[in-house]
Amino acid sequence: MAFDSLSDRLQQALRKVTGRGTLTETDIETMMREVRLSLLEADVNYKVVKDFTNEVKAKALGERVLKSITPGQQVVKIVFEELKRVMGDEAEGLRFKPQGTTIFMLVGLNGTGKTTHAGKLALYCRRKYNKNPLLVAADVYRPAAIDQLVTIGKQLSIPTFEMGTNYTPEEIVKKAIDYAKENKHDLVIIDTAGRFHVNEELMAELRRLKEIAQPDEILLTVDAMTGQDAVNVSQSFHEQLNVTGVILTKLDGDTRGGAALSIRRVTGVPIKFMGLGEKLDQLEVFHPERMASRILGMGDVLTLLEKAQDAINEEEAELMAKKFKNATFDYNDFLKQIKQIRRLGSIKGLLSLIPGLGSQLKNIEIDENQFNHIVAIINSMTEEERHNPDIINASRKQRIARGSGRDISEVNRLTKQFEEMRQMRRKMMNMSPKEMERMMNNLNRPGGQPSTPVSYSKGKGKNKGRRAPWF
Amino acid sequence: MGLFNSIKSIFSKNKNQLTNEEQLIVEKAEKYKKGMEKTRSSMMGKLKALFESYDRVNDDLFNELEEIFIMADIGVNTVLELMDEIKSDVRIRNVANMKEFQSIIIDKIFSIYVKDEIVDTNLNLNENGLTVILFVGVNGVGKTTSIGKIAYKLQNEGKKVMLAAGDTFRAGAIDQLKIWADRVGCPCVTKAPGSDPASVMYEAIQLAKAQNIDVLLCDTAGRLQTKVNLMKELEKVHRVISREVPGAPHETLLVIDATTGQNGMNQARAFTEATNVTGIVLTKLDGTAKGGIVLAIRNELGIPIKFVTMGEKITDLEYFDIEQYIYGLFSDMFV
Repeated sequence: MAFDSLSDRLQQALRKVTGRGTLTETDIETMMREVRLSLLEADVNYKVVKDFTNEVKAKALGERVLKSITPGQQVVKIVFEELKRVMGDEAEGLRFKPQGTTIFMLVGLNGTGKTTHAGKLALYCRRKYNKNPLLVAADVYRPAAIDQLVTIGKQLSIPTFEMGTNYTPEEIVKKAIDYAKENKHDLVIIDTAGRFHVNEELMAELRRLKEIAQPDEILLTVDAMTGQDAVNVSQSFHEQLNVTGVILTKLDGDTRGGAALSIRRVTGVPIKFMGLGEKLDQLEVFHPERMASRILGMGDVLTLLEKAQDAINEEEAELMAKKFKNATFDYNDFLKQIKQIRRLGSIKGLLSLIPGLGSQLKNIEIDENQFNHIVAIINSMTEEERHNPDIINASRKQRIARGSGRDISEVNRLTKQFEEMRQMRRKMMNMSPKEMERMMNNLNRPGGQPSTPVSYSKGKGKNKGRRAPWF
Repeated sequence: MGLFNSIKSIFSKNKNQLTNEEQLIVEKAEKYKKGMEKTRSSMMGKLKALFESYDRVNDDLFNELEEIFIMADIGVNTVLELMDEIKSDVRIRNVANMKEFQSIIIDKIFSIYVKDEIVDTNLNLNENGLTVILFVGVNGVGKTTSIGKIAYKLQNEGKKVMLAAGDTFRAGAIDQLKIWADRVGCPCVTKAPGSDPASVMYEAIQLAKAQNIDVLLCDTAGRLQTKVNLMKELEKVHRVISREVPGAPHETLLVIDATTGQNGMNQARAFTEATNVTGIVLTKLDGTAKGGIVLAIRNELGIPIKFVTMGEKITDLEYFDIEQYIYGLFSDMFV
């Protein structure tokens, strides 16, 4: 995916913060520095980066991030919302004339992919809008540019209008439009020569072509690998021609594509398409929303966050934390937690939303019924037993097992693990940060067995011995 | 402070006091200056304004300088390194005056590029027999155009040149190279579109040997460095060339568009891995982009720049020269 590198960097920046307790303002400052550097490395324009991080910071300070118990996730959400907002909130479509011949004109620097995208666009409009397009070869400067467009036209069985290189682009475009009207082409796509935005002569030529063709869309092709200069280029083309849309090309590489952010922010011109390969059907509508998710590489995590926000009431969570600390956490609380988690959907589905985990989960089978069994066991306890887990003795266990229809060994396992969990949580709540770190290191050591209950797999069939985390 | 002063002394001399060698430097520098006028005016405009608004060196000045470097696409890592060195120099030498500060900036950029090596921009030509130069790069950077210009230059230097149309994929690419060959007046070996590019190279090498050609310039299709299969194809082209001519390709030149941002680093890494890139051709320097990524590539990967192009005419190509490049960027400061 095109924006992976940017997301890696942001995730790394945010990882330092996620999973930690509350944040200080200095923490946010540190994080913003990371965000800023990663955006600069992604070729987002320096000035855009400045504004962007300031906005994110202001929001982060404003939205009670400091007090939130999930501050890192809050910030991720803010960054995402901002990215989305900068790139425009909705995908914008193409403008066609209701009647008569619609005219598109492609402009841009040399080598950004105008000719290829003229072909892609023609194919796209024929497929999607049932148009009968005509390609127009108005690049009389670059050697063999006309041949290239003619070849592309042939591959698509779309006619190409060309007059060789002995006529001016103005003459060619004029004739081409007449030809299109005579031959019932309802769409004309003009391929112009690549040029620098500072080349006054050639820019004047484009303005004349615009005058003649009166295009419905002037589409600027921009190479997604463009650096800081993307802003100058798009601004300059826009000022002189009033560009109606941008096609971001070569997004199938590993460029971080920060140009997308910069262009939209600085010119306000919507990015309409993205080019994703050399084949002529590799053109996709640009979706700011999707692109913002891709930039973060955590679109799915955001879905998860939203779900969690809906399902888990922050106050409740805080109360729960307090209960852990005071060791008053009981089966009723446990039941509540299970229900909250269940509200999020299937466990496997949830885990697969976590970046990097998805592929590892493919071969693990998670028995979703385990939750139902646990719920059944707890439901078979009396109110007193739930509130006061210590009183559950052997005979009570037998009754619970009969009541829930589960094996006595399952009841034993649950009570044992509940007790371990309670002790563990209590310990963690009262730990100093250093002790916490030491414990986490122990857990991560290969072979180190966490004493929290993670072994709810029933150990039958081919998954025997494979333990699925259920909490 | 050596570079700054030596350039300055050359340029402040009267024209007829110059030695022949110095005259050449001036002529070349003037060409750079003209080609990079757009680049320079935008960057220098900023630098000049920057220095005018400060009468002493302070943190704000450093921050603005950092911004200028970042905007030149030099890249975060290299800029941070550059800034650290400039700052420590300013501290050690206790620099207060702006003129001295300017010369430190230029010398630091210079030393980041030179890295205490003698940087040779001359092409590695095979003195006894065929020289093969392979051109690689992503789509649309100007490989074919650069080959045309380099062929013209080499031919004018008295070499017998041949072109090999190894871009058998992009529509019109073969015709484009043929047109350049006609302009230069040199032969061009082509096969049908869609042929295996390695086979084009094989045939071109046999023909070049038979016709006593001095330099064979090999075009390849543009490809994004993430396309595994296409990079493998390029490896094969490289392999076939080195099998047919021992020691070849004598140069593998990566063509990079000056508007390219930080992805240029990934390009340099991936193409070097596949084809052992020996130099860079920096194209389209006549726009407003500064092509600063090549400084980062040189800094982090050690690959030197061999040529720069700044225009669409056949003569708009120069051997790269770091002193000239910096002069092009900063020449207003020498006045």
